[in-house]
Amino acid sequence: MTETQTQNEWPLWEVFVRSRAGLDHKHCGSLHAADAQMAIQMARDVYTRRQEGASVWVVPSSQITASDPADKGMYFDPAEDKVYRHPTFYKLPKEVDHM
Amino acid sequence: MTASIQIQKTPELQYLLRLGDTCLILGQRLGEWCGHAPVLEEDIALTNMALDLIGQARALLTRAGQLQSPAFDEDQLAFLRDERDYLNPTLVELPNGAGRPGDFALTVLRNLMVATLLKLLWQKLAESSDSELAAIAGKAIKEARYHQQHAADWVVRLGDGTDESHRRSQAALDALWRYTPELFEADAVDEAAAASGLGPRWADVREAWMAEVGDVLAEAGLKPPADSVFRSTGKTGVHTEHMGYILAEMQHLQRAYPGGAW
Repeated sequence: MTETQTQNEWPLWEVFVRSRAGLDHKHCGSLHAADAQMAIQMARDVYTRRQEGASVWVVPSSQITASDPADKGMYFDPAEDKVYRHPTFYKLPKEVDHM
Repeated sequence: MTASIQIQKTPELQYLLRLGDTCLILGQRLGEWCGHAPVLEEDIALTNMALDLIGQARALLTRAGQLQSPAFDEDQLAFLRDERDYLNPTLVELPNGAGRPGDFALTVLRNLMVATLLKLLWQKLAESSDSELAAIAGKAIKEARYHQQHAADWVVRLGDGTDESHRRSQAALDALWRYTPELFEADAVDEAAAASGLGPRWADVREAWMAEVGDVLAEAGLKPPADSVFRSTGKTGVHTEHMGYILAEMQHLQRAYPGGAW
């Protein structure tokens, strides 16, 4: 793709939908739109047409900083053998079990 | 081939068919964009709206059919009437623009005109003396509000956009404007509906329509052309040459395979 083509394309937006009041907004996909207002409208039509949503957020994809896939090993693998970081690792006294 | 049905054109039936056919025929026109809209997201938006309109048409035609003796169902009314028995205003049967799928500027401008009209009518129809019609209106008004907002957004973007988008939007307005007086033409059908409490005269929402559409056009930098003496006549069943082609496409399946269903 040439530079001009890239510049002519609408920017990418990440879409987050909250399915019900009280729940979190969950990432559900992305779309192209000229600006935030258009992105909200398109998100409504693309991602909430089967009653999925009670609220929609859109965020310019360019504003998201992501971890580098190359760092995956260094970042996440060391947690593998640290079972003691899970609360379930600890045996509770019988009196306070079923917390 | 299945024969056409013969309807009894009572004022009440005509009033409901004008509404139902407006939704049915515009829904059909918007459906032509399926797979052809400028971007994927817009493709879904236009067809969502087409389906909203078909849903409204189904409810209205079902209600209209119940008032006939013998009664007709929604499919008979949608697919087995002759052209003169369709009572939508001419505006909604006009093609989306030259060629297929047509002109996006014209499509969104017409959507603005029709969605504004329907929104204003649904607001008053929610008070209809016919509780069935009032219930249909209560549901449809939310859809019409969104259709109006979606269309207004595009009309402003295109009218106030590039030289080309402005030129094409103004051309669309010049082409469509002369079909708008028909929407508000008063006649005996509307008078009967107003008298019985079935619904408003379409003329009753003219002022609000002018104000709402006028605001969007002003923001878009578009100017309506001078009023003309031309009056289209779709609401009385006298249609343009475009109507026959739509009906041929819509009716083919039901006439070739009578009673066919999904």
